Amino acid sequence: MQLLKLSSHGRGRISPALEEPSQEVSLDEWRNNPQAHADATALVIPNDASVADIKKDVSGFDVVILDFPQFKDGRAYSQARLIRERMEYSGEIRARGGVLRDQLLFMVRCGFNAFEFGDVGAADAALREFTFAYQPAADSVAPIWRQRLAHARAA
Amino acid sequence: MYRYDEFDATMVAERAAQFRGQVARRLSGELSEEEFKPLRLMNGLYLQLHAYMLRVAIPYGTFSSRQMRRLAHAARKYDKGYGHFTTRQNIQYNWPALVDVPDLLDDLAEVEMHAIQTSGNCIRNVTSDQYAGAAADEVEDPRPWCEIIRQWSTFHPEFSFLPRKFKIAVTASDNDRAAVRVHDIGLRLHKNAGGDTGFEVIVGGGLGRTPYVGHTIRDFLPKEHLLSYLEAILRVYNLEGRRDNLYKARIKILVNAEGAERFRGLVEEEWAQIRSSGIDLLREEIERIHAYFEAPAFEKLPGESVALNAQRDGNGEFDRWLRVNTVAHKIPGYAIANISLKPIGGIPGDISAAQMEAVADLADQFSFDEIRATHEQNLVLPHVRKEDLFKVWRVLKAAGLATANIGLVSDIIACPGLDYCTLANTRSIPIAQRISERLADLDEQESLGELKIKISGCINACGHHHVGHIGILGVDKKGEEFYQVTLGGSAGEDASIGEIVGRGLSSGDVVDAVEKLVQFYKSERNDGERFLDVYRRIGADPFKEALYAAA
Ligand code: SF4
Repeated sequence: MQLLKLSSHGRGRISPALEEPSQEVSLDEWRNNPQAHADATALVIPNDASVADIKKDVSGFDVVILDFPQFKDGRAYSQARLIRERMEYSGEIRARGGVLRDQLLFMVRCGFNAFEFGDVGAADAALREFTFAYQPAADSVAPIWRQRLAHARAA
Repeated sequence: MYRYDEFDATMVAERAAQFRGQVARRLSGELSEEEFKPLRLMNGLYLQLHAYMLRVAIPYGTFSSRQMRRLAHAARKYDKGYGHFTTRQNIQYNWPALVDVPDLLDDLAEVEMHAIQTSGNCIRNVTSDQYAGAAADEVEDPRPWCEIIRQWSTFHPEFSFLPRKFKIAVTASDNDRAAVRVHDIGLRLHKNAGGDTGFEVIVGGGLGRTPYVGHTIRDFLPKEHLLSYLEAILRVYNLEGRRDNLYKARIKILVNAEGAERFRGLVEEEWAQIRSSGIDLLREEIERIHAYFEAPAFEKLPGESVALNAQRDGNGEFDRWLRVNTVAHKIPGYAIANISLKPIGGIPGDISAAQMEAVADLADQFSFDEIRATHEQNLVLPHVRKEDLFKVWRVLKAAGLATANIGLVSDIIACPGLDYCTLANTRSIPIAQRISERLADLDEQESLGELKIKISGCINACGHHHVGHIGILGVDKKGEEFYQVTLGGSAGEDASIGEIVGRGLSSGDVVDAVEKLVQFYKSERNDGERFLDVYRRIGADPFKEALYAAA
């Protein structure tokens, strides 16, 4: 499966990733025996794991991998926001599993910046389909209501 | 009414363009039906028994003459000249061709309409009191908050793949016309002791396979915190709601499994973390949205219209329509006029293109351009001068829209059932038609008073049978259509779930059964008691006996 990455948080450019595959460890394995996985670079978090106290676990990893067992199982959207916003994790959050073209923008808005997804052309088009967003999320896009206020104040 | 600015218009236009691309990929074969399904379901397009069905959103049931005319145009151009108003204050088209749907959506986008989030496991079209902004009994107009919820929930990136669909209803009246206690989230605007208005937050109500009346998890939420509080509830639900079983995935199951207290704790804990994180709108934006809903330019009129009193004298039919279908308005000299989409023997909620245009013209001329759709599948002209009521009634009568049966026994809610729906066990519409024909006499109906019959063709309960005073549920028994009767439900401020009374009935018997129940009620009632009151006073057993006594 091809890996696509965003050039920056929010709505950067998307392109195929070039570097070496990461060394993965699951959250359970990591918590049971961190010493044995000292060289791991990517933490794989299942979508039914609580991420409430995960800050110290994720902080040492370059990559956090969140799972969509099916495209319609949307728990990882909330996990991503919590890890990005509440844990202030600034590394790569990668989407794995049921990653469909028409979900990529939702994922980006929730803090994902890497995707196991095969078609870079489709991904690029999908991320350009909407100019605005109504609500704040984990990306840097100002919600419509803030843009309205800015316009009104400038006028 | 709310009007789109450039941001809203861009959103809807971009959504229409996106969907056009998705349909093109399906038609070219790039997408299989299986791959296309989740995409079309994000946009209100269902594959029904005979054809596609498109559900168009009417946010909180408020729309204009111009929008109604466009709906009529769409009915003619893309359907068989009809539309169907649903229990979600939406309109459905039952016969569009897939290839035409992108054009239909473009036509709607021009008048600020769309099918966004009318299906799928996301936050659905928010519903409200159909009399909002007009009712004499409301604390304030709830619609600005509905619009604020609409915007926040539209393409919410975190909550577009919830465990199940999610429905929010808002009322601002003690007389709950929005059924807030049987929604995933119900919001009731009310005044606290200090004179401030805020929301009672009710969570975990719902119908379907396992009906529940919701729990109040907060008595008073300051209004400005609405969005952050909703976000906290949705986040808890998105993370904790069950995903292993379709039938246990609604928030009501989570709330009842955790217990309301524990669930409240989870929400409050999450809310404490996000309440100051910039989700809530600033005052300026709240005020900007409220400004769209400022009252229209009502005239100063006497409370009573002399002309009206003369017109109703000696015109029994008009007088009945006034008694049954009009409601007190908050401004003297005005009335709220209900338009029944339940003609005797008709299909509940159906309306022809010509009728839509007649309603649009009336709203234009006599109701400040406003129309409402109700969750009971009727329409409303919210602001009619009393002295115009006679003119309005005459036009409605000529259009076949003046049936005086709002809230009466023939004002039946029925789901599409086996005539359209792939999930149905039984037909619903013909049962509604036959009950309405059997109890057609309007004098008799009026003397029976408020009596709500609701019919669902399967356990999914789209016809709200659980909250019918008399509910009828279609069940399949070895390939035959049977109907289970429930009694004592209510969707109002006194919400309750109806109880099943005895064995299923054949479609031939169910109409007789309703008649027996109605006759029994009549024989038992004291002065002023509704069907529901008698049921609550004497209980299920006597009704059962009346129903199943050997003929
Ligand atoms: S209640 Fe059942 S039959 Fe009726 S519309 Fe809903 S799913 Fe279809």
